[in-house]
Amino acid sequence: MAGEEIRVPINSDQDIVLARQQGKTLAAASGFSLVDSTLIATAISELARNIVSYAKKGEIILQKLSAPGRRGISVLAVDSGPGIADLRLALRDGFSTSGSLGLGLPGVKRLMDEFEISTAPGGGTVVRIKKWRQDQREK
Amino acid sequence: MEVPILKQGEFLIATIQAALSDADLEHLRLALVQRVVRFRSRAVIVDVTAMDVMDSFASRTLREIALMIRLRGADTVIVGIQPEVAFAMVQLGLTLEGVGTALDLEEGLAYLNQKFKNIN
Repeated sequence: MAGEEIRVPINSDQDIVLARQQGKTLAAASGFSLVDSTLIATAISELARNIVSYAKKGEIILQKLSAPGRRGISVLAVDSGPGIADLRLALRDGFSTSGSLGLGLPGVKRLMDEFEISTAPGGGTVVRIKKWRQDQREK
Repeated sequence: MEVPILKQGEFLIATIQAALSDADLEHLRLALVQRVVRFRSRAVIVDVTAMDVMDSFASRTLREIALMIRLRGADTVIVGIQPEVAFAMVQLGLTLEGVGTALDLEEGLAYLNQKFKNIN
């Protein structure tokens, strides 16, 4: 089951700050620890920055998750930008197409529990990441 | 959101007081480098205690600040990285390699005072 969606339009670098603050607030409200809330906020910051850098505009959609025996948070980053031509390369650590910054996708993957991406050249990019509360995570 | 930069003798102290946008960080980078030149400062302390998230851009900008200031012959110390922020940075692969760090402003000042006392 998923809770109400919080949608944050991403059009500028100011919106990156807004999206990660909203995410941190939602994570804290969902009972995540300060460390986990910070990891989630950092991941949101990276995804929102990818939207601004590569697609110019898009949206971050935040949602509380509750499944039997566990609670979590889902973050969807959606844009209709140029997409990623070589996804395998973009998911490799150290890869970058814009100087030293890179897409940061391997890092985002490490910060979260679940990571899914769908993209097509010219067809935009959708990244869905999830994190489950540590105290409830399946052993 | 402008970051106040305080001149304290031969040092400059920049205290980040709230979440910064990319544009704010770029502004800070320019302002610090200009002031190091104007005041012939020997070191800069950037206090990031109030930053609750340090992403790749913030981390890269701080590293650039340190590198530019080093080219001016001065030192940079980043102080006050919160434990959860440090945890997230390492997970993300951000290390601030080659940049001086200290626990807080007091430790940062003590480190610089010690360093410059030995030179003088």
